[in-house]
Amino acid sequence: MIQGISIYEILTITTTLFFIGVYGFLTRKNLITMLLSIELILNASAVNFVVINTYLFPENLQGVFFSIFIIAIAAAETALAVAIIINLYKLVTSVEVEDTETMKY
Amino acid sequence: MDFTYTILIPLIPLAIFLLLGINYNKIKPVVSGVIGSLGLFTSLSLSYYTAYQYYFVVGKVDGVYQTFVQKWRWMSFTDTLVIDMGVLIDQISVMMLIVVTTISFVVHLYSRGYMKGDPGYTKFFAFLSLFTFSMLGLVMATNLFQIYIFWELVGVSSFLLIGYYYTKPSAVAAAKKAFIVTRFADLGFLIGILIIGYYTGTFDFMELTNPEGAAITNWASTSFMGLSVITWALILMFMGGAGKSAMFPLHIWLPDAMEGPTPVSALIHAATMVVAGVYLVARLFNMYYFVEDGYALNIVAWVGAISALIAAIIALTQTDIKRVLAFSTMSQIGYMMLALGVSSYEGHDGLGYMASMFHLFTHAMFKALLFLAAGSIIHAIHSNYLQDMGGLRKYMPITHITFLIAALSISGVPGFAGFFSKDEILVAAYEHNKIIYFISLFVAGLTAFYMFRLYFGIFWGKDKTYEHLPHESPKSMTIPLLFLAFMSIAAGYIHFGEYVTADHQSFEVHLNYPLAAIAVGVGFVGIIIAYIFYKKPNELPNKVSKAFGNLYTWAYHKFYIDEVYLFITKQIIFKRISAPFAWFDKKVVDGTMDLVGNSTVATSKKIKGLQSGKVQDYAFAFVAGAVILAMIFIYNWII
Repeated sequence: MIQGISIYEILTITTTLFFIGVYGFLTRKNLITMLLSIELILNASAVNFVVINTYLFPENLQGVFFSIFIIAIAAAETALAVAIIINLYKLVTSVEVEDTETMKY
Repeated sequence: MDFTYTILIPLIPLAIFLLLGINYNKIKPVVSGVIGSLGLFTSLSLSYYTAYQYYFVVGKVDGVYQTFVQKWRWMSFTDTLVIDMGVLIDQISVMMLIVVTTISFVVHLYSRGYMKGDPGYTKFFAFLSLFTFSMLGLVMATNLFQIYIFWELVGVSSFLLIGYYYTKPSAVAAAKKAFIVTRFADLGFLIGILIIGYYTGTFDFMELTNPEGAAITNWASTSFMGLSVITWALILMFMGGAGKSAMFPLHIWLPDAMEGPTPVSALIHAATMVVAGVYLVARLFNMYYFVEDGYALNIVAWVGAISALIAAIIALTQTDIKRVLAFSTMSQIGYMMLALGVSSYEGHDGLGYMASMFHLFTHAMFKALLFLAAGSIIHAIHSNYLQDMGGLRKYMPITHITFLIAALSISGVPGFAGFFSKDEILVAAYEHNKIIYFISLFVAGLTAFYMFRLYFGIFWGKDKTYEHLPHESPKSMTIPLLFLAFMSIAAGYIHFGEYVTADHQSFEVHLNYPLAAIAVGVGFVGIIIAYIFYKKPNELPNKVSKAFGNLYTWAYHKFYIDEVYLFITKQIIFKRISAPFAWFDKKVVDGTMDLVGNSTVATSKKIKGLQSGKVQDYAFAFVAGAVILAMIFIYNWII
């Protein structure tokens, strides 16, 4: 709990962060930057867990633990995503999302 | 007395059918012939043992023949309407066991010679066993449904055996024709069975044929179009019987069925399967006789008489010897039917019933002999046609003698089996209905004439010069001929009145000398005319046939009955009835279904662009959905 800052300000920041991530994911053309956007979304939700835990239920610690889980899973997911992107690059020699549109009807 | 062991009589041929049918590529032909014959010999021995037990040891109690039933419940619809499987041992079923196993055994022996070298030898014996199984099951059936099941099974085996030479288009067509015509007739049979089941509540022969039973005494309860429903059911069931027994006008399949191998014609289309209709009427005789004063029985008599007459007239003109024999079979079965039709129930009045069964028995012997002898001739000269034959008596002495015996027997010459049975039929007809009597007397003369036309045409007549000198058939074929020739004489001396009667009580049968003399006289006239016409080749037959003019042409074309059927099916049923239905089915029914399918395809073509392959499109759709859902939640629950 930080003196002088209420939960509303922090939640506003995390919501902004979340939608920046969504916007980035929908508009970036590069797979790597799309991956970065996903990280933003995950971070926003992780911060949310911590903040709500600290401000509303200070006697518990579940929210904090959960954010640690999210960080661990995000790391694993990033490793996987990068591996996929590298393989894709071998195949199409590009990391642009337009070049991966062959999986359709 | 326990007759449970009789269940083995049909089951042994079934086992052989399965054995030969499953392994038919592995078994050597010689072995399969031996297995088939030995298996049937076992059935034969069991049948004779059963007959001995039944007729001479346990069957008769206080002068009345008992019926022994052994049955197992198969399925039940209500408490009384049940279907059993089992064996029924009574006078006619035991007699039929003798007929079927004897003829089948003889045909098995004969086929070992006749079918030698045929590529489908093992298959042939497998089918023969299947047929024997079905026929034995038919004669021992305990209820209408069981008889119907085996009735169809004999139809199938007949179909398989007629189409045995399946590379020949005519054989295939004949097999189909036989199956379709008899199946059509069996439709009547099935409806009859269902009516009986609905109104009387039972399928069991013992309950149905009991003269004091509910099925017969309550017949008047319901009537339909002027007749009681039971009479209608009996008429419909007789339609099934008429189809199987080749009665007019459902006889058209029988002449074509001669495309099958000749032993098959002897077994199925002369001696056993075609008398199934007679057997059915005899089995239900009490119903036919007691329900509504024998209205249905009268129909049986007239159909029999008309068939006998028409078949005999057609037989005069045919030149294919097997077809002549086929029409002769039809004519003789007509005799059996009319004898049943003129019969009464009690004591000596039941003469017609006994005569019919007697004629069935003797006819099986001499007609099987005629067919097997014809097979021997065909085997020797490789033709079915009378014009390719002549003077064969020098080359085939045994066939000649046995054929002569059979011809004398069927013509009713005294001393031969056919004389005794035919005499009883004529007496029964004379006592009941004079018109039918004169028809059958006339047919007797025609029978003698066409049989001796065949005999003189084949064995005397012109001395043909043959490319390959015909020779007598091997022993495996002549021994069965000799055995049947013996039976064609001996069978007449059995006192049938002792063993097979309508009311299960024996009565004494006497020859009626004046009637017998008339019949013999008519028969001799037929033989003499045939002698004058065909002993030496001359112009007389041609002149006479010209004198008959149109009648001869009509008879030669079998009174155009086949053409009438073709016209009715092709022009009326196919064109006028089936074609509009087919149009409706194709356009309306199929059209609706096609519309559903086609519109689905069109819709999916339109919307398949949604699956674009762009990850961000999907993500956008997901986010948009989530946002919309969130807005709905907020609107509903928070504001």
